[in-house]
Amino acid sequence: MGLAKRIIPCLDVDNGRVVKGVQFVDIRDAGDPVEIARRYDKEGADEITFLDITASSDDRETMVHLVEQVAGEVFIPLTVGGGIRTLEDINRMLKAGADKVGINTAAIFNPEFVKQAAERFGSQCIVVAIDAKYVSTKDQPKRWEIFTHGGRKETGLDAIEWAIKMVSYGAGEILLTSMDRDGTKIGFDLELTRAISEAVEVPVIASGGVGTLDHLVEGVTQGKADAVLAASIFHFAEFTIGEAKQYMQNHGIEVRL
Amino acid sequence: MASVAVIDYGMGNLHSIAKALKTASAHSDVIVSADKDTILSADRVVFPGVGAIRDCMNALHNTGLGETIKQVANDKPLLGICIGMQALLQHSEENGGIDCLGILPGNVVRFPKGLEDSNNNKLKIPHMGWNEVNNTNKDPLFNKIDQNERFYFVHSYFATNVGSENVIATTKYPRKFPCALRFKNIVAVQFHPEKSQHAGLQLLTNFLNWDGQS
Repeated sequence: MGLAKRIIPCLDVDNGRVVKGVQFVDIRDAGDPVEIARRYDKEGADEITFLDITASSDDRETMVHLVEQVAGEVFIPLTVGGGIRTLEDINRMLKAGADKVGINTAAIFNPEFVKQAAERFGSQCIVVAIDAKYVSTKDQPKRWEIFTHGGRKETGLDAIEWAIKMVSYGAGEILLTSMDRDGTKIGFDLELTRAISEAVEVPVIASGGVGTLDHLVEGVTQGKADAVLAASIFHFAEFTIGEAKQYMQNHGIEVRL
Repeated sequence: MASVAVIDYGMGNLHSIAKALKTASAHSDVIVSADKDTILSADRVVFPGVGAIRDCMNALHNTGLGETIKQVANDKPLLGICIGMQALLQHSEENGGIDCLGILPGNVVRFPKGLEDSNNNKLKIPHMGWNEVNNTNKDPLFNKIDQNERFYFVHSYFATNVGSENVIATTKYPRKFPCALRFKNIVAVQFHPEKSQHAGLQLLTNFLNWDGQS
């Protein structure tokens, strides 16, 4: 027995409320983030990720208070992403009680930011979030590219090359979201996940598309992910985290029960 | 009321460890401090840490708190966590080689590249997540904690040559390494008890109840 595969529930937070959209539209209200975090902790979540999906400056304050409150009573690792653009943004989140921050768009506009952040705060707290979309046409070799703005803007960056570069700049973990699958509930993009996980030395968290417990299992067994992230299947109480872990264990995956 | 000081030498988030200590024992006064006298007057001391060893040692040097830790190590119950544990040893190979405080025997080395588990799956570095802690069943730090209980780790370097008599728990990744050390009144852990939910809080309770001798 060794290191367990992690299950990470993700809370998309907008104006202090947990919401979940399908491919970034059709946002449904899923409740109070502190209550939900408390419930996930009880159910055995291995970590919790908060994603600030509006990231206006007012919301930033809300997020800081939210993290403080959760960190005061939930003793598992907390990650905060969304709108992290400066070293001061990171500093505030870590001081509030976050253990890691997710950097996405800011890394694309200024890759040096990742290097500076890792040097100042340590790689262990720098998660680079990658939103990737399949771009090949028929008969072309498989290729995924990085997209920003919730999948609307292309960057032309190759997702695998980008992941390798971000790790060389000091990312301690990669949070990989398939923009083709996010919110669809048809499962992870397993080929993408596996390609990235095999390309980098650091842990990879698979995200985007979970609709069933089998999808979580596949993410680990076929996608070679070190952790799996999901939102809606847990928010709307389709499954508890405990059920998900038991299911994974029954399928031969080592988890923390 | 017994007091516990958390050393604030400017590295990382002390909110979590302070809150976890308060939750672990309502009977302890938890003080986060960078002040030498405050730290030396506490009943017990926690030396936390995240990040890289060079920054840690620089911060300890610049604040003078490295000397304070050496004084604490003489007689008070002291708990080193993660980089706080590594800094207590002799030397780390991180950042091209850095001398540590030299309070405990042992060195810090990196996990080698190309590690695989028994199913030939690549093992990632950092070693990040919940892994099993096999304790010797003897030390009061592990009171009421199940054998092979999981704790949260995040690190790329680990302690070696610490003297087997000082090891009170080990973890496998994939080879066994010491993840908890005990040397008289000093205990040190590589994992993060403040992030290890119930088991972590129990370990902190045990430290807060410990007299530094038994």
